[in-house]
Amino acid sequence: MKLEEVARAIDGKILIGEEKKDLEIDKAYAADLLSDVLALTEESTTLITGTISPQVVRVAEILNIPAIIFVRGKKPTRKILDYAKEAGIPIIVTNKTMFETCGILYSRGVRPCKNRPATNIHEDAK
Amino acid sequence: MKLKEIIEKCKFKVFTQGVNFEDIDITGGYTSDLLSDVMAACEAGSVWITIQRHLNIIAVAKLKEIPAILITRGLVPEKSTIEKAQEEGVVLLGTELNSFDATGKIYCLLKGIKGA
Amino acid sequence: MKMQNNVCETNKLRFVYLIKPRDFSNAGDASANVRAELEKHGIEPDVIRRVSIICFEAEMNIVLYTKGGKLIVEVDDQKVDIQALDKGPGIEDINLVMTPGYSTAPEWALEYGFGAGMGLPNMKNNSDVFEIESEVGKGTVIHSIVYRRKNEVKGNN
Repeated sequence: MKLEEVARAIDGKILIGEEKKDLEIDKAYAADLLSDVLALTEESTTLITGTISPQVVRVAEILNIPAIIFVRGKKPTRKILDYAKEAGIPIIVTNKTMFETCGILYSRGVRPCKNRPATNIHEDAK
Repeated sequence: MKLKEIIEKCKFKVFTQGVNFEDIDITGGYTSDLLSDVMAACEAGSVWITIQRHLNIIAVAKLKEIPAILITRGLVPEKSTIEKAQEEGVVLLGTELNSFDATGKIYCLLKGIKGA
Repeated sequence: MKMQNNVCETNKLRFVYLIKPRDFSNAGDASANVRAELEKHGIEPDVIRRVSIICFEAEMNIVLYTKGGKLIVEVDDQKVDIQALDKGPGIEDINLVMTPGYSTAPEWALEYGFGAGMGLPNMKNNSDVFEIESEVGKGTVIHSIVYRRKNEVKGNN
């Protein structure tokens, strides 16, 4: 789905990144806890979260997260929006719950990613 | 939808012993790892989807009349949490799926949509 | 916040950051700077990602749980070497804090997404070498190494 379609599907608003409205969103991950997000290993996964803090954007930068969806009607601060703009990460906000947001996007074809469970990175040695 | 049906269709693991899930009606779902958020907004009769697995989640579930908690990402609740859940009659479930995935499946089941 | 930025030898970089306790508005900025610097110097993306995660978790731990500390990142041809040092309070039981899910985060921190209890395990999982030493009343030192050429290190060709 394109970013614009995602926003529409969840009755959301693109606060940052209007110019990226055709960005393809094909995978998503839902997490409120930062360390849970940091366990995400698959690239290009959109983050769905109810945690509003500048650290969320920092983490998104580190992990090359293509877009962030803030749920539960949480309003990001100016600082967060500025960080996101600097980092080139679009932000969508919605009043919908995490459950509904994930459910709607899942039913429209947005896929889950395979995130690595809490084991050692070295077990992946080929 | 009956909790039993959701458990069977999604192949969730049941951690609690002796807590009935045959007759429980699930009317919705709530996905959140923030306890105060669950306290504020989760509706009774919902299945709570989370990675939190410490003792406090049971108290929250009782207060909010949440019949079942689904712990995702293949994580296992602490022994004390399972015991408390059994005492209080809260069903504790587990899945290898992550929260987005599990939420998507349950949402589709509850809405009668064929999950993609 | 950045104390020094030295290029010691042609192929070596060194960054030192002072991390203030409870400084939430800036927490994460040091790690973001590390990332930017590594990108600037053309370090491998996978290495940057792992180093960023390690630094972020280390920085957050210093801000959340300690009396303040330092983050030191050194880069050479072989590896990125990270040290996180703090002034206390120190960790009583290291095995306990290394357990995934174990957290000492206060209530309010949980509302900001901290306290999943995965910080130290995340750091270890992204490191090729991970060491942690602590003394109650003194402080903690975490040492992490991320090798730049994995194949060489593991002897694969």
